[in-house]
Amino acid sequence: MKSGKLGAWLAVAVGVAYFLAPLIATFEFSLRMRRGEYSFDAYRVVFASGAFQASFLYSTVLAVVTIFVGILIVVPTAYWVQLRLPRLRGIVEFITLLPLVIPAIVLVFGYIKLYGSSSILPLTATSLGADALLMFGYVGLGLPYMYRSVETALRSIDVRTLTEAAESQGAGIFTILFRIILPNIRSGILSGAFLTFAIVIGEFTFASLLDRPAFGPYLQLIGASRAYEPSALAIMAFALTWACMGLIQLFGGGPRTFTGKR
Amino acid sequence: MSFLNLTGIQKAYGPNKVVKDFDLSVERGEFVTFLGPSGCGKTTTLRMIAGFETPTEGSIRINDKDVTHLRANRRAIGMVFQAYALFPNMTVAQNIGFGLKVAGKPAAELQARVEEMLAMIKLPQLADRYPYQLSGGQQQRVSLARALAPSPQILLLDEPLSALDARIRVSLREEIRALQRKLGITTIFVTHDQEEALSMSDRIVVMNDGAIEQVGSPSEIYNEPSTRFVASFVGTLNLIDGKIVDASVGAVDIDGQRATTRRKLNGAKPGDVLAMALRPEALRLGAGSDDRNTLAGVIEDVAFLGAVVRVRVRLERAAIIVDTFNSGANDLPTRGASVAVNFGRDDLIPLHAH
Amino acid sequence: MTAIAATPARSVRMPNLAAWLGVAPFFLFAMMFLIVPTVSLLIGAFQNHDGAFTFDNILRLWQPSIRLSYLLSIEVSVASAFFGALIGLALALAVLRGGLPEWLRPTLMTFSGVASNFAGVPLAFAFMATLGRLGFVTILLKSVGVDLYSAGFNLFTFTGLTLTYLYFQIPLMVLVVTPAIDGIKGEWSEAAEILGANRIQFWRMVVLPILWPSILGASLLLFANAFGAIATAYALTGSFLNIVPILLYAQIRGDVLHDPNLGYALALGMLVITGVSNLAYLYLRARSDRWLR
Repeated sequence: MKSGKLGAWLAVAVGVAYFLAPLIATFEFSLRMRRGEYSFDAYRVVFASGAFQASFLYSTVLAVVTIFVGILIVVPTAYWVQLRLPRLRGIVEFITLLPLVIPAIVLVFGYIKLYGSSSILPLTATSLGADALLMFGYVGLGLPYMYRSVETALRSIDVRTLTEAAESQGAGIFTILFRIILPNIRSGILSGAFLTFAIVIGEFTFASLLDRPAFGPYLQLIGASRAYEPSALAIMAFALTWACMGLIQLFGGGPRTFTGKR
Repeated sequence: MSFLNLTGIQKAYGPNKVVKDFDLSVERGEFVTFLGPSGCGKTTTLRMIAGFETPTEGSIRINDKDVTHLRANRRAIGMVFQAYALFPNMTVAQNIGFGLKVAGKPAAELQARVEEMLAMIKLPQLADRYPYQLSGGQQQRVSLARALAPSPQILLLDEPLSALDARIRVSLREEIRALQRKLGITTIFVTHDQEEALSMSDRIVVMNDGAIEQVGSPSEIYNEPSTRFVASFVGTLNLIDGKIVDASVGAVDIDGQRATTRRKLNGAKPGDVLAMALRPEALRLGAGSDDRNTLAGVIEDVAFLGAVVRVRVRLERAAIIVDTFNSGANDLPTRGASVAVNFGRDDLIPLHAH
Repeated sequence: MTAIAATPARSVRMPNLAAWLGVAPFFLFAMMFLIVPTVSLLIGAFQNHDGAFTFDNILRLWQPSIRLSYLLSIEVSVASAFFGALIGLALALAVLRGGLPEWLRPTLMTFSGVASNFAGVPLAFAFMATLGRLGFVTILLKSVGVDLYSAGFNLFTFTGLTLTYLYFQIPLMVLVVTPAIDGIKGEWSEAAEILGANRIQFWRMVVLPILWPSILGASLLLFANAFGAIATAYALTGSFLNIVPILLYAQIRGDVLHDPNLGYALALGMLVITGVSNLAYLYLRARSDRWLR
């Protein structure tokens, strides 16, 4: 089917052109900081910048905490639903779909209304409160992927038998969860963790509206005021996303998609 | 001139020959089965007849027309696949009518033919159902109706019963054979199940490792296997070594005991050791009359299989299995007892290695 | 009697109480940070300043500026969903069924996974560097005589935003529609062929009808995805393109509507649109899964 193959190659060619052009353009632009020659000056400036370091550090720490809290919430839930409460599966899955259906901006608006300075639980009033709110928001954004990764991993091990074997040895629930179940679903947890990391690092909407010094708002600010650094940052962001996806592939499972920082 | 002719068919994938020297003539209306283990080339040969693969060498003629290089959609062949392959977006009626629709037949004719087919497979009530609503057996019958609706000149079936329950398999194969007889359509059936092959076919082509081992009627294949492979693949078998004593009278030495065979021992010289086959059901316990062979041995094991009692008798080195009907008497032969085993002179079958 | 007792189906040492306690954090989290905030917004949409129930806010969504905002959002979302779906489908079909080399598939899948997540501010930067006034491609085209900006093109418009959105819409389409395309079994193509059909008939009568629920559903997903997106638009066109998320952002930040309840109604409107699209997508996916079992 000769003409079919030609059409197929054409589609691929167009796709490649469209997807590579911005990457090439951005990279090329990021090298132009030094007048007249190509250099990595833009990257150097960015890395040396205090604002960059501070915001990147903030987002990284926040991502780690988010992942940690996410695991604490997701793993026991997935475990109990599978082992003891199968009837809850429907509602739990519905809840994990909510962050995909509710646009981020709507969700953060809800946070501000509910936890704003004039409400019963004024989390936004304090710095720590706002950080916590942001963290919980991110747990929510990562929930669909974290839950799906963990649940898939749990389904591939025989949860019931492992639990009963551990029980018969006298293990309590915490021992079972953290020393037996957790190590066996490591790949699922790591997948969810890397996705969460990728979501949190570049996230803009939540961080901006909750007024936190995260990496997303920093990127936006740089774009408004500088010329070459934004391109360097864009390339770095792309490389970071690629690294996260690569690490996820490494730990099993295909590419995932999310709607965190649109 | 027979209806379907395969001459000198070879199929190779690179250096790998999957079908070698395949020659076959099939008469109009015949039901021929390709029988063999996985990887023997039976499905590949079927697919070459269908047109999904092209032979590396050789030719295929249908009704005196060379179709070797003809595209599959121009051969007017019907095919039933192992995985049913019904189109999930179409109802049963639409599936059955697909071939006619593609050919541009007028709606009235299409409708009538679909109804005819539904009646033939006895499922008129399922016309508006979708494949996912049907059982495996029902899907396969619809698949059969779909293949036959455009009145093809040949019907091909690629292990159509393998995915079904044992019970449905038996009833469906009887249905397929009955249908085939009624329509008189030339049919090639591929299977690895020897019971299917024996019960359904006019002729069986036994294949192994890309080549034909033997072609014959079911009783020929079963009672007169020409090679060791055929003998062991079709039915259970005793394989023993017989040392030729006198080829002209068929005298053979089995583990130090004398036996006679009335079958041909072509060109065998005294002292040659030949593989010989003895069907378990041909053997009887006890001493036989003078015109039969009798061997002495010791009972090693007795297995009660319901209708059949399977007794293993040890000769000097070889052990042979004797299948006797369950006579209803509660006393089974005892282990360790000395026993005689007798069989007719035609039952000792010399085999040719292949 | 030996000491080996049969293990009961329910372990006596861990009653269901432990299970309920175990899932409590999840539900508490869901309530506090998913459900109640959203419900609170929805309630606010039906309230006025004094907290009394009213439909007023919803009705006021119809005012010209807001109505235009919704319209613009819908237009951008439909445009990026339509072209994203079309190109994504073409790409997926080309790589999965076009007879192309095997290695293209994992490459496409991995790249789609990365590109569908490469959105927001960095994406805006990337497109500015590509198609901005001094962008790479703009200059490249100018050198061969094609002056984009003189011809009226501008990255910071509806067209530019749609083009930018395609960068994550196309990969999303590829990822979502691939399982459906994979579900097209090889036997169907052979069955169709032996029954006399040529390639075009097979595609028209079997493949497309089987795929269309998935295609439609995926398009709806793309639509909802674009509708709720803000970061890319904010970084690229700022408040020039007054799509609903931008409007909402401005409202949250600085109460530009001078009426918080109207803001809630705005959010409600967004939620209804994305909610309905996603529900439709899930329904269509369930339907196509049933066929492709």
